[in-house]
Amino acid sequence: MKHLLSTQDLSRTNAIRILDTAEEMAAVGDREVKKLPALRGRTVVNLFFEDSTRTRISFEAAAKRLSADVINFAAKGSSVSKGESLKDTAQTLSAMGADAVVIRHWASGAPHRLAATDWIDAAVINAGDGTHEHPTQALLDAFTMRRHWAKLAGTESEGADLKGMRVAIAGDVLHSRVARSNVWLLQTLGADVTLVAPPTLLPIGVEKWPCEVSYNLDETLAQGVDAVMMLRVQGERMNASYFPSTREYSRRWGFDDNRLKALDRFGLKDTIIMHPGPMNRGLEISAAAADSPRSTVLAQVRNGVSVRMAALYLLLSGDTREAAAAPVLASAGAAHSTKESN
Amino acid sequence: MPGNTGTYLIRGASILGGAPADLLIRDGVIAETGTGLSADGATVIDAAALVALPGMVDVHTHLREPGREDAETVETGTRAAALGGYTAVHAMANSTPVADTAGVVEQVYSLGRAAGWVDVRPVGAVTVGLAGEQLAELGAMADSRARVRMFSDDGICVHDPVLMRRALEYVKAFDGVVAQHAQEPRLTAGAQMNEGEVSAVLGLTGWPAVAEESIIARDVLLAQHVGSRLHVCHVSTAGSVEIIRWAKQRGINVTAEVTPHHLLLTDDLVRSYDPVFKVNPPLRTDADVQALRAGLADGTIDVVGTDHAPHPSEHKECEWAQAAMGMTGLETALSVVQHTMIETGMMTWADFARVTSTAAARIGRLEDQGRPLEAGEPANVILVDPAARWTVDPYRMATMGRNSPFKGRELPGKVVATFFKGHPTVLDGGLNTPFPYAAAPAGAA
Repeated sequence: MKHLLSTQDLSRTNAIRILDTAEEMAAVGDREVKKLPALRGRTVVNLFFEDSTRTRISFEAAAKRLSADVINFAAKGSSVSKGESLKDTAQTLSAMGADAVVIRHWASGAPHRLAATDWIDAAVINAGDGTHEHPTQALLDAFTMRRHWAKLAGTESEGADLKGMRVAIAGDVLHSRVARSNVWLLQTLGADVTLVAPPTLLPIGVEKWPCEVSYNLDETLAQGVDAVMMLRVQGERMNASYFPSTREYSRRWGFDDNRLKALDRFGLKDTIIMHPGPMNRGLEISAAAADSPRSTVLAQVRNGVSVRMAALYLLLSGDTREAAAAPVLASAGAAHSTKESN
Repeated sequence: MPGNTGTYLIRGASILGGAPADLLIRDGVIAETGTGLSADGATVIDAAALVALPGMVDVHTHLREPGREDAETVETGTRAAALGGYTAVHAMANSTPVADTAGVVEQVYSLGRAAGWVDVRPVGAVTVGLAGEQLAELGAMADSRARVRMFSDDGICVHDPVLMRRALEYVKAFDGVVAQHAQEPRLTAGAQMNEGEVSAVLGLTGWPAVAEESIIARDVLLAQHVGSRLHVCHVSTAGSVEIIRWAKQRGINVTAEVTPHHLLLTDDLVRSYDPVFKVNPPLRTDADVQALRAGLADGTIDVVGTDHAPHPSEHKECEWAQAAMGMTGLETALSVVQHTMIETGMMTWADFARVTSTAAARIGRLEDQGRPLEAGEPANVILVDPAARWTVDPYRMATMGRNSPFKGRELPGKVVATFFKGHPTVLDGGLNTPFPYAAAPAGAA
């Protein structure tokens, strides 16, 4: 694994290796000194062509906890806004000796271009590209779900997958890189996925995806579900006839208070509610749902750092063999934490 | 009137893929055909393994001049055309300035004559500045030295139904044709690739087939209503083929073109996110490719048009969404059509002559092109080695564009010689010399 570009081409073995490594990384976050020397002397560039403070600081925290040098390169206020091309930017970073480039880009496929061309030799991590993929988000979602699923089963997370877990992903699937990455990864890990959305916000061709598709959130909940992931509704969709009004959207596809109560009514006491953030409270998720004990929103953020540490570590250690991970990580402390199981 | 372009005796060429015969080319015309011909002082070309075809006519070429001489010039583009087996090209109107006046089309026409590699027939814009608001001076362009007969806003659809109706009606006055780039603009806002299974996965905004088909359906009905002549550029979907087949069955005066790339490539290639595969209309599915081949074979689609669209490398070495749309095609068209249509048994070389020359010349109203290989006809003739195999290398092409989607592919067929008005612009598979306009009597032009 030289790059992390998508979850579609991520094997089950590599996916579980990342999640297992993230468990060990999570233990570092529980220590007083939250730092490993693993990437000392390595340079990680956060190359952001699109604003995303959350994702950038998550990657920054991950790289710093591994002792890497971090350079933040935001397209705004840089040469990029003066018309410099991706090629020239990449070659510049290459000349400065970047070992890894974490790229967020508004254009689908931009990370693939960096990885496929000879513009730069660094490891490329896709931190979200257009409406294509956001693989580390899906990995942190899977990490969060796996802890929950393992705890319910009374087993350890390490080595486990999500076999049999019923996951509903609801909202703007058409424009969501989070939904795409989740569909592929959850399928790889054995979960049963149902996408719930208005027909206008599902892509033509979704019927070929390895998941079920529903237009009705209530029916999906009634059939039983172990995790509900609500997708953010982007403001610019609201005036483009994807749905009549935000109120109608909220009534039909939002996770509102009635649906929160319905989980109890259906006896779904262990169902978790997920959201990749940032949330539109009152639109796709009600405040009560977001703040309920079922919500994993903050656990997702916390797990994001662990998963990104794992991705950076595995890509930059230059070796993805299991044996290679062991010695360095031994210093992270053997005990892994399962306390974030919600 | 013949020009003094020399005497060439082509021996034993398979005429349109049929029986071998000799062709004697003298002073710009085919002087004689038959077997065992001889002529004093003639340059003899042994064509025993070669197929003789009428010079190809491209109905859809972007030469980029004036305005984007960093992408292509009339000189480089027509060199590429000659090497690809063409003796005439229609230069699309989306130059800078737009070819929407007699002045610009005459400039392009003159540049073509100065280059001398092929007939350059400018296409006039339908609307001023391709803006889709008001008709350009179509009559002035028709009456100019460039004698424009084809009008197109190619790259942009004439989507206003009233404007399209008026254009179709107006060009009847001088036997013109409106060549429509069929793309409903609202359905394709921000479109990046074919809308379907692949776009769903790649997260690229879709260009749905219905955006092409709905405009074609409207336009054939408009052409029927006003009794005019419509040409549909670069048809790309199975549904479009069906609509055009239906229109032709109803006697509507519509012709259609398909590009070589749409006969071979599919949207699966976009999975690489390599913008060399970005083109408008986009690469479609395999079912569309098969329907286009069937449509070309049965005559529903009349011609192959390259939509040769060279771009400077910086317009392709970037993110997919940032990249320009278009592919080069002049130097690969013959090979791709041989590969997709002849080697599949769907067409003969005689059919090839129809779709690359005869029908194309008729659409553009080029009297001296697309003629039979018979005595007395203008000597626009190519010799093709159908057994040749070659690997596409954009850096070895005459076009300035390096954006060939066929890069690295092995393709069949090679143009050995191109005779343009009796003069060999290409010999032994390489460029020879341009047609000597200055040396020829005025009548030869």
